[in-house]
Amino acid sequence: MAEADIHARIKQTIDSHDVVLFMKGVADQPQCGFSQMVVRVLDHLGVEFHDVNVLADPDLRDGVKTFTQWPTIPQLYVKGEFVGGCDIVREMFQAGELQALLKDKGVLVAA
Amino acid sequence: MGAADHGDKELTDATKGASRAARIEAALRAALQPTTLEIIDDSSRHAGHAGAQPGGETHFTVRVTAQAFSGASRVARQRMVNDALHAEFATGLHALAMDLKAPGEG
Repeated sequence: MAEADIHARIKQTIDSHDVVLFMKGVADQPQCGFSQMVVRVLDHLGVEFHDVNVLADPDLRDGVKTFTQWPTIPQLYVKGEFVGGCDIVREMFQAGELQALLKDKGVLVAA
Repeated sequence: MGAADHGDKELTDATKGASRAARIEAALRAALQPTTLEIIDDSSRHAGHAGAQPGGETHFTVRVTAQAFSGASRVARQRMVNDALHAEFATGLHALAMDLKAPGEG
């Protein structure tokens, strides 16, 4: 599939779900420690998210890297905006910034 | 940017045949002028996992303090590192954990 078509598919995915995680494996069975870390944070916060397994689609695996201009997986999107990968999600979570971002975007219901 | 280009070329020549860790160090020193820089090769911990290769040199952690990060978002900081290491990602660098600080931060 042409890169432009893949990018259109990615755009549609991140626009149609509040929280999207491009990851290796699926949320119930991550295939990579970095992806697993992000799933754990989101699960801990009780955030519902749409998981996309890039291992199931080589075009998508390459396409998401060029779409974001980001060379690694996982990649977290909230309301269509790129948040970051594993390090950034962990740091933001530890600093309380991820919770604040999710609240700002109307995603996380205050406990 | 002629001077910077010249510097990059010298580093490229000087690190030809060097380990990936040495190339990462040279690229980050040239791009970011870090005040502290630590590069850890985690590849052995990932042997047999996805992305690992028999020769290793696939998984790294970098800890960098640089003035260039001052005022830059987390994403912007990681993009600076990713951009500096574009050639390494293109040749088998699979995973890069980053701890990036501006001077004076934790």
